Amino acid sequence: MKTIEFIPIDDLCMHYEIESSFFTQLSNMGVLEIKTVQSVHCIPHEKISEIEKIIRLHRDLDLNVEGIDTVLNLLEKIESLQEELVKTKNRLRIYEE
Amino acid sequence: MAFIDYYKVLGIAKSASVKEIKAAYRKLARKYHPDLNPNDKAAEQKFKEVNEANEVLSDPEKRKKYDEYGKDWKHADQFEQAKQQQSQHQQGQRRQQASQGFEGGDYSDFFEQMFGGGFAQGGGRNVRFKGQDFNADLELTLSEVHETHKRTLTVNGRKIRITIPAGIHNEQIIRIKGQGGEGANGGPKGDLLIRFIIHNDTGFKRDKDNLYADVDLDLYTALLGGEIMVDTFNGKVKLKIPPETQNGTKVKLKGKGFPKYKKPNEFGDLFLSYQLKLPTNLSAEEKDLFKELAKLRNT
Repeated sequence: MKTIEFIPIDDLCMHYEIESSFFTQLSNMGVLEIKTVQSVHCIPHEKISEIEKIIRLHRDLDLNVEGIDTVLNLLEKIESLQEELVKTKNRLRIYEE
Repeated sequence: MAFIDYYKVLGIAKSASVKEIKAAYRKLARKYHPDLNPNDKAAEQKFKEVNEANEVLSDPEKRKKYDEYGKDWKHADQFEQAKQQQSQHQQGQRRQQASQGFEGGDYSDFFEQMFGGGFAQGGGRNVRFKGQDFNADLELTLSEVHETHKRTLTVNGRKIRITIPAGIHNEQIIRIKGQGGEGANGGPKGDLLIRFIIHNDTGFKRDKDNLYADVDLDLYTALLGGEIMVDTFNGKVKLKIPPETQNGTKVKLKGKGFPKYKKPNEFGDLFLSYQLKLPTNLSAEEKDLFKELAKLRNT
């Protein structure tokens, strides 16, 4: 059985030295889904690398939540285009070989 | 270890204000940030340089030290020692000085020697971050990825044994958790991202899980029908050719294609295209017979 671990938002705030309002804003923007487990606001453990990326964008580039949302959407689009490009290149190889 | 002009890295004048330094850093960081340039090693390197330059120039104390030594930073240690020796001499105290200079090392060594260790991304905050992801390319042949197999890779001096599932695609990237760089401030290790470059060493052409090949067909078998042996990835198979088979006719051999990625015992299909080969160097008798056939056809 697959178990999903959750991390309380408060722990994240302490660990990353960040305000809880930051996570609330991310949740309001639809960037991050906050779960409530036994009355505690949490996020799934598997989302940690995504959260770290968001924190890096926030701190390194001084991006606000709206900026982060825009960047993540564009990165997702780039990734999907790159996948499409690889698939197309692989199909083209049929005619080049 | 070459001298790094941090002002040049940020594209600012030596007289730049703190505000100008910050603005230049932000602009370059937005351009080269690794999260915005995934799998771009050049951008990643540039970002490190920009970050390092910012770390020094945005700190008045560090900037002062950097400005003081300038291009002679290599002798910073000796200068410090000379100053100390002079001071000690004046005080009548003699102590043996260890002679140490900057030798070898790289860009980061310079940074650490000048300003001490502990440099980490994130504006110097003592926050734990996951380590850097490493990227590597692995070249394989199509024959090799037809079967699931294990392979030992050496990444940054470490040997890593990985299982390569059959059916992996060209330029597909797989992530191996915890095999990247060390985390910052006790954070978890980064991941290893391996991109597979697959060269075709077979006579088949591959599109996803399907394979394609041309099969030569002689005139008589095409006209009268018969049986031929064709190559598949798993060996030869016998195919029945119906009479009057046309040039370019395609047939599908279900399940004779390439293994599906991470779907054991599932395979794509093999598509064969018949290429009619007309006989050449006809004898006089053959020509006569063909002429007769032509007459029959035209009457």
